[in-house]
Amino acid sequence: MPVDPSLVGREFPAPAPLTVTPDRVSAFAAAVGHPGDAVPPTFPIVLAFDAMQAFLDAEAIDLHRIVHGEQRFAYVRPLAVGDELTATLTVTGLRQIGGADIIATTSEITDADGAVVCTGKATLVHSAGGAA
Amino acid sequence: MTTTLRAGDVLDARSFTVTRADLVAYAHASGDHNPIHQDEDVARSVGLPGVIAHGMYTLALVGRAVAEWTDGAEVVDLGAKFTSPVVVPAEGGAEVVVAGTVKSVADGLATLALEVTCEGQKVLGMPRAVVRA
Repeated sequence: MPVDPSLVGREFPAPAPLTVTPDRVSAFAAAVGHPGDAVPPTFPIVLAFDAMQAFLDAEAIDLHRIVHGEQRFAYVRPLAVGDELTATLTVTGLRQIGGADIIATTSEITDADGAVVCTGKATLVHSAGGAA
Repeated sequence: MTTTLRAGDVLDARSFTVTRADLVAYAHASGDHNPIHQDEDVARSVGLPGVIAHGMYTLALVGRAVAEWTDGAEVVDLGAKFTSPVVVPAEGGAEVVVAGTVKSVADGLATLALEVTCEGQKVLGMPRAVVRA
């Protein structure tokens, strides 16, 4: 079933803020082998993923039918331990190619003061299943 | 920062082995438990050739290479298209190679030109990293 075209422009916040703790950072850095003590640049995907999951849940889209097509982050400042981050995903575009929905999203990640820390732009490829 | 980046510099290519165990660890650390990164049957059911690495795992390897090359310079921009999947076999692993050159240095920012391959095939489209130089 194709994704509802009226989704474009709708916002989906991550359900809860994420505190950047030393444990979370070291677990993430260990999983990807990132050197040093800095927060790895792809760490904000943890929160962007929460916002995406909120979007998928709201639209009853199965995660296993989603493939990540593109991801770009632009950082206003480096993330730091102690940051309390929130994310809101906005659906910015939707088109169909060969039976798949190509969903364009922007996730704005802000700190406890409401300042934008980084912006993530993602393309999600949704394969509807059934006739492939 | 101790490293000085100059336009035209060729950065030492980094090679990383990605195993199924790495994907399990990444799923826990990132919260992305999409079964296409764990379960062969689910992956094939949605038309994939097998279990594939999270695109964000591959992009994290790019972030790792950039950190190693630049001695942890501040990243201001990082991204790519996930144009071809990194298929991770049940035994052994997939070899991901991150190669780069310094494309330009201007206004305190260095833009890196990157090529990311697995088994000789490009897996990222238009990969881009910009760091404070």
